[in-house]
Amino acid sequence: MAYVTKSPWVIHYDGSSCNGCDIEVLACLTPMYDVERFGIINTGNPKHADVFLVTGSVNEQNKEVVKQIYEQMPEPKAVVAIGICACNGGIFKECYNVQGGVDTVIPVDCYVPGCAARPEAIIDGVVAGLGVLAAKREAMAKGGSIPAPEAPAEEGKEEA
Amino acid sequence: MNGYVTMIIFVVAYLVLAPFVGGLLAGIDRKITARMQGRVGPPILQPFYDVGKLFEKEPITVNKVQDFYVLCFFIFILATGAFFFAGLNLLLVIFTLTIASVFLIVGAFSSNSPYAQVGAERELLQMMAYEPMVLLTAIGFYIFSGSFDVSAIVNLSGMPFFYLIGIFVGFVFILTIKFRKSPFDLSMSHHAHQELVKGLVTEYSGKTLGLIEIAHWYENIFLLGFVFLFFCNGTWWGYLIGVVVCLAAYFLEVLIDNSFARMKWQVAINSAWIVALCLGIGNLFILKFLLMV
Ligand code: SF4
Repeated sequence: MAYVTKSPWVIHYDGSSCNGCDIEVLACLTPMYDVERFGIINTGNPKHADVFLVTGSVNEQNKEVVKQIYEQMPEPKAVVAIGICACNGGIFKECYNVQGGVDTVIPVDCYVPGCAARPEAIIDGVVAGLGVLAAKREAMAKGGSIPAPEAPAEEGKEEA
Repeated sequence: MNGYVTMIIFVVAYLVLAPFVGGLLAGIDRKITARMQGRVGPPILQPFYDVGKLFEKEPITVNKVQDFYVLCFFIFILATGAFFFAGLNLLLVIFTLTIASVFLIVGAFSSNSPYAQVGAERELLQMMAYEPMVLLTAIGFYIFSGSFDVSAIVNLSGMPFFYLIGIFVGFVFILTIKFRKSPFDLSMSHHAHQELVKGLVTEYSGKTLGLIEIAHWYENIFLLGFVFLFFCNGTWWGYLIGVVVCLAAYFLEVLIDNSFARMKWQVAINSAWIVALCLGIGNLFILKFLLMV
């Protein structure tokens, strides 16, 4: 049994978000939504985290930070991009310093669009991330290494 | 011969049951905490899921010695509880507990991470804060019963609580530090305080963190055993009162945890030493006086 789906600890990183999505992420922790019901804890420490929540787009200043947080997280791990900014750059896409969505630097498992993403949608995104965690855990248990995610494109995500 | 058999039974029971009871208590703690904050809270078994998860994670360590220190910490915590439930000398138990904490602190220092180092420094300060009161508790039991041996204290005819009320209150006071509850959860805490990340355990992950968590459950049960000792008088109703008071003390710590913000280390040391001086030493003098007349 994969315990990882029963106790996903999250770390939240604010890229160049307008703070709208961050407030919605924190709203998930309030008594109104209470994600601790599902064992979700906000750790603030990449070494303890299983799910990486990123809000806001990636820019020249923070792409190294995002990469480093991702690398410090032990496997199995999942990345959830929250808000349209984190998905593909959103309204900041055209800015001279913005590189694009989070998937331009690290592999993203779930996209939660919206501006701002609603708490219900964020919880839904994390729950979708649990499936990824369980699959990764299974791959680990079978003794094989986790299939390396495709290297993200350097120049930014192509339009779908 | 019979004594040895019961001794072994107690030690084995402690080693097997303590993590289950400790984990269950931790789960109840989180549920009560959530209810106090108007939330639904996680399932009671959540701490077991968490530790199960941690053991499933990929091992990442900053350096190899760190794992060794944590293993030593784990073994010495187990030894502390085992000595206590075997009915051995209280001083031996306390010093083994200190050695265990030292291993955890050295492990945190060895990681070279600023968060872990500040956490380790604070853990040292916490040890300075609670250690006098723990020693006074042992001395109080000695003056009352004439022996440091737990097995002798358990079978006394009088209830130590009535003679050691001050020391009991002082011990419950420092339990807040030992249980890592607010306002004295300086070095690490159960909640997501962002100020020091996770303090002492910032650099531990996966299995190592899981071991620390299990050791914490063992330690909690051992500390509740100390509370239990105050109510032993060789009869079954004494034991019953002991268990009830243990649960009440645990609930009290949860309540305190939820009613206070984290305080500075100066407050922790000053208040713990003042409590040890007034309640601890005061109680010892009164006890000595009572035993003389
Ligand atoms: S998606 Fe909207 S609310 Fe969220 S960070 Fe971007 S601009 Fe702000």
